[in-house]
Amino acid sequence: MIEFLKGGLILAGSIFMFLAALGVVRLPDLLTRMHATTKAATLGATLIMLAVALHFAQVAVVARAFGVILFIMMTAPVAAHVIGRAGYFVGSRLWEGTLKDELKPNYDPLTHELKSGRETERNARREPGGTDDS
Amino acid sequence: MSNVILLSLAVMSLALCLAFVRLFRGPSLPDRVVALELFSSILVGIIGVVAIATDVPSLLDVAIVMALMAFMAAIGFARFLERGGPRDD
Repeated sequence: MIEFLKGGLILAGSIFMFLAALGVVRLPDLLTRMHATTKAATLGATLIMLAVALHFAQVAVVARAFGVILFIMMTAPVAAHVIGRAGYFVGSRLWEGTLKDELKPNYDPLTHELKSGRETERNARREPGGTDDS
Repeated sequence: MSNVILLSLAVMSLALCLAFVRLFRGPSLPDRVVALELFSSILVGIIGVVAIATDVPSLLDVAIVMALMAFMAAIGFARFLERGGPRDD
């Protein structure tokens, strides 16, 4: 029983990692690629660490496996946020099918200042659903 | 069980190859950083499977250090990008 569970967890984890790699090759721009890697690779590593915990079944090893899971789950969103932010700052291009870039009319790339709400003239008469970069 | 381990190692090696394709082709530096992060996640998985295959629980420490280094590298690259270091995309 435990053997089957372990094999299933290992296979599922490796398949999720493969899907993450497929996504990072196939998807069109930085943010969608990060969407693939962050979630799927985290889930894959989590499943494999669960299989490790099932295999050894000693307190010390299980604690370390859960430590790895906790660490990955805590750091992956932080790293993704920081890289996405840096990618936007250096001006990586979005996919041409992108519908909306809410940051664009409010963000000043030279001073790193962000305006909120209706401070800007263009923002006050912005049409919903369109990327106006006039 | 050994067949399952072999299969999962093969699948993860293929995933490493795909991540390397993005690392090689990536049009900008943030794309390459994302590919490097994916590398480290897949390596954590591979180390876990090897720990199961060889019955060596100490390999989990290697996995912990791998995850830690990947996080540090991501933070460092992001700081470097935000400060506007020299880039050659």
